[in-house]
Amino acid sequence: MQSEAAQLAHMHAVLLLHPDDNVVVVCRAVTAGETVDMAGVPLLVRTSVGVGHKLARQALKAGDRVRRYGAPIGSMTQDAAAGEHVHLHNLQSDYLHTYTLDSGNAFVAEATPTGEDHL
Amino acid sequence: MNGYLRQDGRKGIRNVLLVAYLVECAHHVSREIAVQTRDQDVQLIGFSGCYPNAYAQGLMERLCTHPNVGGVLLVSLGCEGFNRHRLAESIRESGRPVQTLVIQERGGTRKTIQEGTDWIRAARTELEGVPRTPFDWSDLIVGTVCGGSDGTSGISANPAVGGAFDIMVGRGSTCIFEETGELIGCEAHMAGRAITPQLGQALVESVHKAARYYTTMGHGSFAPGNADGGLTTQEEKSLGAYAKSGFGPIHGLIRPGETTPAPGLYLMDVVPDGEVRFGFPNINDTSENIEMIASGAHLILFTTGRGSVVGSAISPVIKVCGNPETYRRMQDDMDVNAGAILEGTATLPQVSAQIVDLVEAVASGAQSASESLGHQEFVLTYKTFEASGPACLPLA
Repeated sequence: MQSEAAQLAHMHAVLLLHPDDNVVVVCRAVTAGETVDMAGVPLLVRTSVGVGHKLARQALKAGDRVRRYGAPIGSMTQDAAAGEHVHLHNLQSDYLHTYTLDSGNAFVAEATPTGEDHL
Repeated sequence: MNGYLRQDGRKGIRNVLLVAYLVECAHHVSREIAVQTRDQDVQLIGFSGCYPNAYAQGLMERLCTHPNVGGVLLVSLGCEGFNRHRLAESIRESGRPVQTLVIQERGGTRKTIQEGTDWIRAARTELEGVPRTPFDWSDLIVGTVCGGSDGTSGISANPAVGGAFDIMVGRGSTCIFEETGELIGCEAHMAGRAITPQLGQALVESVHKAARYYTTMGHGSFAPGNADGGLTTQEEKSLGAYAKSGFGPIHGLIRPGETTPAPGLYLMDVVPDGEVRFGFPNINDTSENIEMIASGAHLILFTTGRGSVVGSAISPVIKVCGNPETYRRMQDDMDVNAGAILEGTATLPQVSAQIVDLVEAVASGAQSASESLGHQEFVLTYKTFEASGPACLPLA
């Protein structure tokens, strides 16, 4: 009978959902300082995070569009190194500023990035 | 796969008899008929409202002539607004046995139940003569819905269904995804997958309509718990749901109850047209299942993380569970453990292939978990829709 820790060690730590993505999704809790396998490439984890959170696959710069599932999920507001947590502190929606519950029907076409930008 | 050939030429994977109440006042009588004949593969559906509604009328007509349905017993109180004559006529025109029992004319509860159970038993004998026919992938229509989602849904169960959609569309099947309110942020990417620029524009407009509608309802899609689970933005959450659609081209945009003119991948626009009325577009997961079935879905791929147990009347529901802990806790209710992707014991393509194999088995007559447990949830509410414009549909 393997210990729980030994079983965890055999689990994949991160998932690359699409080859074009610049973030990976954590599928077991990871600890800063550990090196995990990222689709055959080692990734040094710089932030301890739990299941479902994102780590930068590569160095990201403020303004970079973050891609998950091969599609944009927002833009970086500050730089992040590979292996760093990507979340509310450094990633913002390209939509939320126009789609909030308090702003009436503010979700308007002009806020939609162009198809070229998005794809 | 082996199906049931209907006189209108469509093919089903089940041969169920429906008892349909046409107002809540006829619900009890209908339920008693269905309960007393449950060994006859009988299911209960209905519409509770007394006020007529074109959407509800249309959906009931589509559901009662669904290819999985062999015959229908309509139960009316007698004074409700639902047009029972038109519904019975559309069922009759499709070549299916149909009977209407009006409780006020039949002499009340007891007599109507007796007549109803007698009719069901006779109809079941008649349905045994429905011819069987080869059922190909190109005959198959599959819908997908997510419910009881958690942080795992968007990284395991939903993309696994997306992969299954890509495989099945490749084999000539028709696949439908939905819930434009949970696609906010995906519209530009979806437009890029549309087979025509006009369809792309229609896809974008359907999501904008949903955003306006939900804003008016005062209920957004992104909750604080989503951020705790690792989701950062609205579009990221939407993409978790969007992942169910796979990566292939989008061939059309349909409204609930509209049929798909040719195989391919379709988005269903579930948000009513016009001013906001009648409340939330879909009050629960079952209303989403039923709308997909009304558009012809033979079965539903239902993804969950927290652990939904629902099935559906008319079409089998296959449960794809994204959370491995939920799968172990509720295994009796689940068909596929997509959580294996997170635990590293299966890859995404392997789970997608497993889903396709299960679709084939269920379409061939094997029971899904919810089906074997007797789940036959049904709900139908008021809505208002306009017909889809020509830009929304591919040429047949």
